[in-house]
This record gives sequence, structure tokens and C-alpha cells, in this order.
Amino acid sequence: MRAIGIILAGGNNSKMKQLSNKRAVGAMPIAGSYRAIDFALSNMSNSHIQKVAVLTQYNALSLNEHLSSSKWWDFGRKQGGLFVFTPSITADNGFWYRGTADAIAQNIAFLKKSHEPYVVIASGDGIYKLDYNKVLEEHVNKQADITIVCKRVPSDSDKSEYGVIKTDDRGFVTDFVEKPTKSDATLISTGVYVIRRRLLISLIEKAAEEERYDFVNDILQRQKTEKKIVAYVMDSYWKHISTVENYFEANMDFLNPEVRNYFFKEYPDVYSKVDDLPPAKYNPGSNVKNSLVSSGCIINGSIENSILFKQAYVGNNTVIKNSIILNDVYIGDNVYIENCIIESHDTIKANTRYVGGEKPEIIVERNFRYGI
Amino acid sequence: MIKKEMIAMLLAGGQGSRLGVLTSKVAKPAVAFGGKYKIIDFPLSNCINSSVDTVGVLTQYQPLRLNAHIGIGIPWDLDRNIGGVTVLPPYEKSENTDWYTGTANAIFQNLDYMDSYNPDYVLILSGDHIYKMDYEIMLDYHKANNADVTLAVMPVPIEEASRFGVVVADEENRIKEFQEKPEKPKSNLASMGIYIFSWPVLKEALIKLKDQPSCDFGKHVIPYCHEKGDRIFAYEFNGYWKDVGTLHSYWEANMELIDIVPEFNLYEEYWKIYTKSDVLPPQYISDKARVDRSIVGEGCEIFGTVCNSVVSANVVVEEGAEVYDSIIMQGAVIKKGTKLHKAIVAEGVVIGEDCRVGVGEYADSKLSTKIYNCDLAVIGENSVIPDGVTIGKNTAIVGKTDESDYTDGKLESGDYIIKAGEI
Repeated sequence: MRAIGIILAGGNNSKMKQLSNKRAVGAMPIAGSYRAIDFALSNMSNSHIQKVAVLTQYNALSLNEHLSSSKWWDFGRKQGGLFVFTPSITADNGFWYRGTADAIAQNIAFLKKSHEPYVVIASGDGIYKLDYNKVLEEHVNKQADITIVCKRVPSDSDKSEYGVIKTDDRGFVTDFVEKPTKSDATLISTGVYVIRRRLLISLIEKAAEEERYDFVNDILQRQKTEKKIVAYVMDSYWKHISTVENYFEANMDFLNPEVRNYFFKEYPDVYSKVDDLPPAKYNPGSNVKNSLVSSGCIINGSIENSILFKQAYVGNNTVIKNSIILNDVYIGDNVYIENCIIESHDTIKANTRYVGGEKPEIIVERNFRYGI
Repeated sequence: MIKKEMIAMLLAGGQGSRLGVLTSKVAKPAVAFGGKYKIIDFPLSNCINSSVDTVGVLTQYQPLRLNAHIGIGIPWDLDRNIGGVTVLPPYEKSENTDWYTGTANAIFQNLDYMDSYNPDYVLILSGDHIYKMDYEIMLDYHKANNADVTLAVMPVPIEEASRFGVVVADEENRIKEFQEKPEKPKSNLASMGIYIFSWPVLKEALIKLKDQPSCDFGKHVIPYCHEKGDRIFAYEFNGYWKDVGTLHSYWEANMELIDIVPEFNLYEEYWKIYTKSDVLPPQYISDKARVDRSIVGEGCEIFGTVCNSVVSANVVVEEGAEVYDSIIMQGAVIKKGTKLHKAIVAEGVVIGEDCRVGVGEYADSKLSTKIYNCDLAVIGENSVIPDGVTIGKNTAIVGKTDESDYTDGKLESGDYIIKAGEI
């Protein structure tokens, strides 16, 4: 194999509000049965990258649990496999990951011990399908030092959340601005990079010496004139989870048959951890329209334009509209929910009402489940 | 030296011929159940939940699907360094090579397998019952009675008792008499086909009876042990237990899962049922769909009506199609405008547009009145039904059918279509 993988899943994002209280963005539940990181992991696996390191730091419990077995993504191999690196105190280091470059620097042994010539770096918060081999091919053909996978966007769109890229007509990056307030550029970075392993090691080591810790600001930005950076443009679906609004939107996209068929029916598949849950059950009085329903759900009420993750219980006469119900939520009888995200393991008491505004409201209700 | 206190031998080699076209390509234990599972998942899950981690699965009839399902036992946590699950098909020997001729004969042919684990007890199970049972409690009972053999039994209505092996027990539950499918049962305690043997007792009996043709536990081994005065005890089980050996009982057991609080509850955290499952997306229910009183598996897309039915994974019910009181297995497609009543549709079947299935008056089956004797229309795996045909009750179809197979676009009640020599 020509490449190893690194997935940066350490970050927290305060724009995810309460949803990030108990999980890293990579562990955000997506489309009923998946976690955000499943997309990057499945892409790695489907691109035949057999050795993948996940770098995680912020609230890693939920993510670690999800990654507790590598078999779901077919990484349970004697050669290679899935490595989860959380910060640890060693003789020469007592710090948390101070940034993405530092996270890689603290695990530089993983890069040094490998023999594959290339590294694919991805982030754990992108929702997309991509054959990294195609990126690698272009990287080699254009004799690039670094390739950045980009997504085309309208020139007048809001790009304040993204790294914005300008290229010349051959696809070489001429300018790279991180989270600009205003930009007319049409390419944004997806946070997926291909780079030669030896070059990555030297860049990371140099940054570490200079006490610079961020991959984008301290390495990419500073090298943009020194090194040959190529933009690989992907045309297919790509979304990135960074705010409550775009998280809600990315989930709701799956109610669109085109998006659903692209991810679920077209080869290759997206893999996730399999839970041993029974099929969903519809009791008398259930009325479900235009919604996704996952395993283990029991439905007695009405559901419209919503996504139910695994093991949701919906009581009698309860109405749910335009909402996302995360894993293992119990919703009592006569509840009305609209434009909300119900946090996982919530218990919603009977005869209650939760209505979000234009922006979806996050509901965290830690009620005692049994005996209500 | 390897030592396992109790190992299980799971009999999964039978065809289950009374499931008709459902078992034309697969053994009964590999038949789908409950929208996600296979019948064999229940005894296998019981094993691991009862801490029995060594299971030999005896296969013979159409084992491909079963082998693929079991694999190395990962879904049941039965991939072990020592023990775990082992599939045991019949094999060639230097002399007396034979198929498995009976339940006990199959076990006899695998004496070496059992010996290699040096067990104290051997649990004999069959792969075709739906139930949750803690075999450890049964083993405690076996030990407390200092028994040689313990049979799991359950009370059944006396008029049904003649379908089973019936035991007559004394106050201490020691078995005094054993009747195999008696015309006049002397008791209502039916044997469930679950036995715990003390290993020396089983080994001795199997070797003694090795020349018995079609050697069977109910007919030969238990009576032999009984005659020689072994301590045989009845362990009474009062939970849910269903033999899904006939089309009607199979259909009924599936339908019972739909009840609001089913007697057999798959949704309990305790005593999970495990199965091999692919990573599948959630199901999509469209704005034109109606789903009521049903169980629906992962990856399904429902655009029509599903009512009172059990639908397995990856099924598509198109707009305007209506499914009532039916079992639809994995990957089947029900096209626009088609209506199903009391149908069993096996894996990968495609039913064309505007068909009517399960309509008309009941009529006796022209194929086999022993197998087909209820209202159900049964469609075997990967069959194709052309657009616009009408199919009656108590019917059976296997194969890729086209309009020419139906007279006037109709298959009358009781009739059948079996294509390309498949039965």
C-alpha cells in the first residue's frame, strides 16, 4: 500500500454548543446510524489504506467507545490496523495536544515506523465519500509537495468557517486564507491533505522545534509559497460539521433521496459500529411521514420530516416535526416537539412541549426514566 | 489440558420440509425470523448468554447459507481461542462413511469433537425453536438432582400433546415414563428437544446404539437410558417457546412479535439476541407511506402501506403498494399498486406492479396438503412475479415466473408454480 492515514479528531467546537459537552465532533451522530468519523474511516478503508491513526483529545470517551473495535471498518488486520492516539505523558513530553501539528508531532513515531511513501490526512468531521487513491494519483502526476482536497462553492457564499483557496489555471494554489470574513474565491479546503511521509515528518519536526503547533496556520500557511501545493477539486457531496445549524442541515440532507441513495445505495458503502438491536417497531397509532427511523425504535406517535436515531421510544399522541432525536431517547405521551435536537439518552416527560425557533434548539433533559 | 464444563451440540442439519418452498434452498435454522434474525440465532444467543462458549453446529441439508451466517461466530462472541463455534458437517471416514442418519447418529459421528473439550456435561439443542432460556439454570438443576439426563419440558394443552414426545414424571420430577408422539398422552409435559447429558452417560449410550439405524434422541437414546435405570429428570420451562416447524406456526410466531407488549420481547436489554448483521442505513418512511402495527428492518424504503406485517432489511415497498398480515424477507421488492394479504415473501423476491396476492377462497393444496394447509401465499427466494397477476390463498411459487405461467393472469387458491426443478 502506498499511503497511511491520519484522522484528526481531537478538536472541540464551541459552535456545537451543548452537543459538544459530551463528545468530540468526530463522534457526532449522523443520518440515524452513523458517526461523523465513519465517513473518513470508511473512505480510508475503501481506498485500501490499511493503517490509520485517529488522533483524539477532547472528550474522547464517546469516540473511543465507537472505535473500540477496528473490525467494523475492516481494520482488524495483522498488517496495519486502526490506532487511536490520545495524549499521554512521556519522559519527553507532558503536554496535551496543543494543536493539530503538535498532535502529529507527539505521535511522530507512527510516521517514522511506517514505510509507506505517502500520508493521507483527513479530519473526523466531514460527511463525504472520496477515493483517496484518486487524490494520490493527481498528487503524483502533478509532482506536488502537498495536495489539498477542495470543494467548489459559489463565489458569494459565506466562507467564514472555511479555509479559502485560490489557484492558477493549472490547479496550483496561489493563495490560502483561513476563515476570511469576506472572500470571492470559489474553492474551500475540505481539510483532507496528501503529503509525502518524509516531507511531513520534516515539516512537523521543524514546526515543533519552533514551538508552532497548528497544521494549517503554522505549516500550510507558511509553506504556501515555498512548496508546490495542488488543489484537488471534488465535485461530489461534502459537508462539514462545525455548527449546530450545519449539523442539523447535514442530517436533514439525508431525507433527500439523492443524498440518501448516493451514500447508502452507491458503492462503496459507509461502515459503522454494529449494535445488536431489533428492527424498528410501529405500534397502533403510529404515523410516520418523510422520516428516517433506526433500529431499536418503538413508535406510538406521529413523526414528520425527522430523523430518529437508534433506540428512540416515542409515546402515544406524541408529535415530532422537523427534529433530530439522538440515540436512546425516551419521549413520553402527549409531547410536542418541533425544530429541536434532542440530546442522546434524554428522557422527555409526558405532556411537555419543545419548540425551537428558526434555528434548531438543543434539548438536554436528564429526567429519571423509569417511574414517569 | 483443555476443560469445558459444558459444551453444546446444536442440531441444524434438518430441512424442515414443512416450511415448503421457504426451505427449498436453505436449512430451516437459516430461515429468516422477526425482521432481522435467523431461527438459529435464538439457540446460539441463548448459549452465549448462558456462558456456554463452545458450540458444535451440526449441518447437513443445504448448509451454504448457514455456514456464511455463522462464520467464525463473531456476532455471538463465539470466536474464541479455545472453544467457540465449530460447524460440523458429515465427513468421510476410513470406514462406515455415512450421512447423519438421525439426531443421535449425528452427535455420535462427532464423539471426537466432544472428547477434545473434555466436558462434564453436553447440552443437546435443536436449531429450530424460538425461545430465550438460561441453560446454566438447567445445568444447576441437573447437578442438584444428581441426574444423568435432564430434559427440558413444557406444559402444553393435552390435545396437542400427541404432537410431541411426552414425559410422565413423579413428584420429584424424575421421569417414570416416556412416550414419543403418543396417541393417548398420559401427561401434558412435552419434551422441547433440549437435553443435558452427563458426558459419560451420553458417550456410553451413543457407542452402545451406534448400529441403530436412524438413531434418534427421542426414539432411541432416551428410552435406552430410561430402560437401564439412569436418573432422568424433567426441567419444567414456563417461558415463551415456539416450534416454528410449520408455515402457520412460523407465520404466527412472527405476527406475535407485533403485539404492543409481545410475549416474546426482542426489545429487552437483558438477554439480547445476536445476529450477523451488515452495516445498513436507517429505514426511510416516505410522506405517502403508512406504517402501522409492524416491525420494519434497517435499510427499508417504504412508500406504500405496511400494516400488521414483519418486514426485514432492505425491502422496498413502492408507492400505492399495500402489505397486510405478511412476512417480507430481506431485499424483496413490492412494486407499485400491488396488494399482499397473508403472504410470506422470501429473500430477494420481486413482485411486479398491480398484483393481487392472497385473494379468493381457500382451497386445498394441489402440491401437498401436509405442508400447505392454511391461507398463506408463499413465495420462495429470488422468485419473480410478473405485473398484474392474481394469486390465490394457500399457494406456493418458486422461480422466475412470467405471464405464461398464469392462466388468464391468475393462480387459483391451492395451486402452485415450481420452476426449473426447484422444490
